[in-house]
Amino acid sequence: MTALPLHRRGFLAPLARVAGGDKLVTAALAVLTVLTVAAVLAPLIAPHDPDAVDLSATLSGSTPDHLLGADQSGRDVLSRLIFGARTGLLGPLVVVLVSTVLGTLIGVSAAWHGGAVDAVLSRAMELVFSFPALLLAIILVAVLGPGPTAPVIAMSVAYAPYVGRLARSVALREKGRPYIQAYQVQGWSGWMICVGHLLPNIAPLVLAQSAINFGYALMDLAALSFLGLGVQPPAADWGAMINDGSQALLQGAMLPALAPGAAIVITVVAFSTVGESIADRVARRER
Amino acid sequence: MTEYALEVENLRKSFGGQVAVDGVSFSLPPGGSLAVVGESGSGKTTTARMLVGLERPDAGRIRVGGRDRSAAARGRATRLSRARELQMVFQDPYLSLDPRVSVAQCVEEPLRLHFAMSPRERRARRDELLARVGLGGREADALPRRLSGGQRQRVALARALATEPKVLILDEATAALDVSIQAQILDLLAEIRRESGVGYVFVTHNLALVRHVADDVLVLHQGRVVESGPSSRVLTAPEHPYTRLLLHSVPRPGWDPARIAADRRALATESKESS
Repeated sequence: MTALPLHRRGFLAPLARVAGGDKLVTAALAVLTVLTVAAVLAPLIAPHDPDAVDLSATLSGSTPDHLLGADQSGRDVLSRLIFGARTGLLGPLVVVLVSTVLGTLIGVSAAWHGGAVDAVLSRAMELVFSFPALLLAIILVAVLGPGPTAPVIAMSVAYAPYVGRLARSVALREKGRPYIQAYQVQGWSGWMICVGHLLPNIAPLVLAQSAINFGYALMDLAALSFLGLGVQPPAADWGAMINDGSQALLQGAMLPALAPGAAIVITVVAFSTVGESIADRVARRER
Repeated sequence: MTEYALEVENLRKSFGGQVAVDGVSFSLPPGGSLAVVGESGSGKTTTARMLVGLERPDAGRIRVGGRDRSAAARGRATRLSRARELQMVFQDPYLSLDPRVSVAQCVEEPLRLHFAMSPRERRARRDELLARVGLGGREADALPRRLSGGQRQRVALARALATEPKVLILDEATAALDVSIQAQILDLLAEIRRESGVGYVFVTHNLALVRHVADDVLVLHQGRVVESGPSSRVLTAPEHPYTRLLLHSVPRPGWDPARIAADRRALATESKESS
């Protein structure tokens, strides 16, 4: 039998490259895959309707019918957890997409133009940094009304400077390298150089930061719905579930609050692990 | 009056009060070869960067074929015409190629920007350029990280020649290479100059190299030209103490580091008194 070729090209190849044989990262990727599949196929795999009330099962522990028990209103915790993954992942996804695009745009413009443009953009990023993200979200909720929109907008704005600061520093380093200067000497416009050569070369690092941000954004959005400012009941959401479950906790039922709490922790850790692994790989390749 | 390929007049540049280049003037006939020599901090790299427009001079003029290029380039047409006048090969072959762009693409990019060619013509011209610097089809498909330092520098040279510049600036272009590879690249450069008539400005700290590649030498010290002339004359009968010091600094039999250090101190006190 011959050994498998080292560089097999398949659709899992990029994932395998990120994992790089590291068991922890492989596990993190598996968790994220399971979560994504669960969120997408929620109606098919959830054992119950997440909003169906079964009063006979109220605050029951783990039973064959309700694997993670039922909450105060007799709704199946596992099904709500699976449906909660939808809002739980979609919110941070929008936040990460918007903040990555916005942050990269600001960071790269600041680095490329330097001087006054850099000063204005950098001060603007610091201004957003100095403003607590949760406060910004609360203000926006007051303006736009409760629901997932206001917190997602607030977090997108609040996370943009994190991406922007990183993008600016790596773009500055890249701009100083002779290959970028060679393109300038060749007569390319700044725009073409940035889009064609600078961005692709800083993208892995920026994406690593964004993967880490995904976890944090998920946590912040869950905190907002825990406070009742995000996704509104009865829609299933992890943060809101913890809030609902906190009263059940007093009556001795752990699962309704513990299960979504564990889901948040596991997801955040998985995203951080994957993000840091990408960043490590880029750093190793640089050397 | 002779038409010069490159004329530089009274070039001046300072960085935050520190004068890097102070009143540098020289000219290069078409197809000529000039070495700009000096130690680190003498202003030679800043001069090279001003020539290709990566730094703006505070004062002075740079003209190629009579056209001024010392002001900032406005608009695409100026940018492109300047790129066809001067090109540059950088010192570090490991950082001067985009790690994500294959050798073939790297040479085709400037062709696409500067010339209206069909894809077939472009590929033919690319192969011609790569063959000119001694690279074949096997290297063409590779990414830069698969190539050695010497091969990368050949790619950088092919890329610089793609726009058919009148003058090529070589900023320590062989300093990062092994001595034997250095000699190969220098031979290649001499051959290309003979065939295409492109002019060279060698920016270097290495006097041993000057003897082989340059018709004329310009010695820079603390941003000023201290000596200039035909390389044969400057290397055999240097007039300025700094040039003598540079020549003595080249290691050879009977070489005495202690004496060079003493000369260096004497030169430092002398230049302090004169300024």
